[in-house]
Amino acid sequence: MLSIHSRLLAAAGISFALVLAGCNSSKPVRPVASVSKDDKPLKIAPEFALKDADGKTVRLSDYKGKVVLLDFWATWCGPCKIEIPWFIEFERTYKDKGFAVIGIATDDEGWTVVKPFISELAINYRILKSESATEESYVKGGIEALPTTFLIGRDGKIAAEHVGLTGKDEFEDGIKRLLEGRGIVQERAWGGLTGGFAPAMLSGAK
Amino acid sequence: MLLKSGYHVNSNTPSEAYLIPLRLTWEPGALDSVAVIFPKAHLEKYEFSEKPLSVFTGDFELVTKFKVAEKASNGPGMVLGRLRYQACNRNSCLPPRVAEIKFPVVIQ
Repeated sequence: MLSIHSRLLAAAGISFALVLAGCNSSKPVRPVASVSKDDKPLKIAPEFALKDADGKTVRLSDYKGKVVLLDFWATWCGPCKIEIPWFIEFERTYKDKGFAVIGIATDDEGWTVVKPFISELAINYRILKSESATEESYVKGGIEALPTTFLIGRDGKIAAEHVGLTGKDEFEDGIKRLLEGRGIVQERAWGGLTGGFAPAMLSGAK
Repeated sequence: MLLKSGYHVNSNTPSEAYLIPLRLTWEPGALDSVAVIFPKAHLEKYEFSEKPLSVFTGDFELVTKFKVAEKASNGPGMVLGRLRYQACNRNSCLPPRVAEIKFPVVIQ
């Protein structure tokens, strides 16, 4: 409890520090920069119906039979800006082979900030505005970190999930394998996250 | 505020317009916020930005100077604040979050 004498304050004001102490994490620690491969059945990529920049509703099922790279990103996410030029290149190189990139923008401000960004980076693939239900359907509890990218095979199943910045070659290898029908071992990778997903928590003030 | 090793938050004055600044705001009540003082930010270079970014890392303090509000009455009260932050490491970013801050005061 802080006791404050108004007369003293009127004369000089008061200064005190708020100390926000961090803790390790509010969630279980995830594998660090590792790829887990297992024999679990591949998960069908959840259907969504989201708006594009023109207000048109786009569904994942519109891409049935294609290999899809589905990227959850945001304009304020620096690492996402590294991957986007790769995705532009992938779209250009592989779109005629049955491949498509879909970007799902998670910015709270929506198209106000996303549309200028699309123009600035000359993004050549479809961008959709995220909804929390879609994020929840792909990642239980919602998208935890950006970028989070899924590679979806022609059969509509999630073949790989990458959380965090991932290597260009790794993406491209996965795309090629899926386009050739070779499939890839199911992957769930966290790209360089050092532990949990809550780097700071408010534990109190004094 | 203590950030986990490897993470940073943008400072209150980010280097790039697209980055989300650190913000500490206080609701009107028994105390009026006179000034929020941020520490000196670090300039750090990241692969995703051409110029160094203005960030806070590790352990740092934000200081708020208050004065008793003119209309504050004597007795107990509560001061409420909100800290909005957005953290990244070199490979990924976490969504912006708001930490609610609350502490009791007694005006005498």
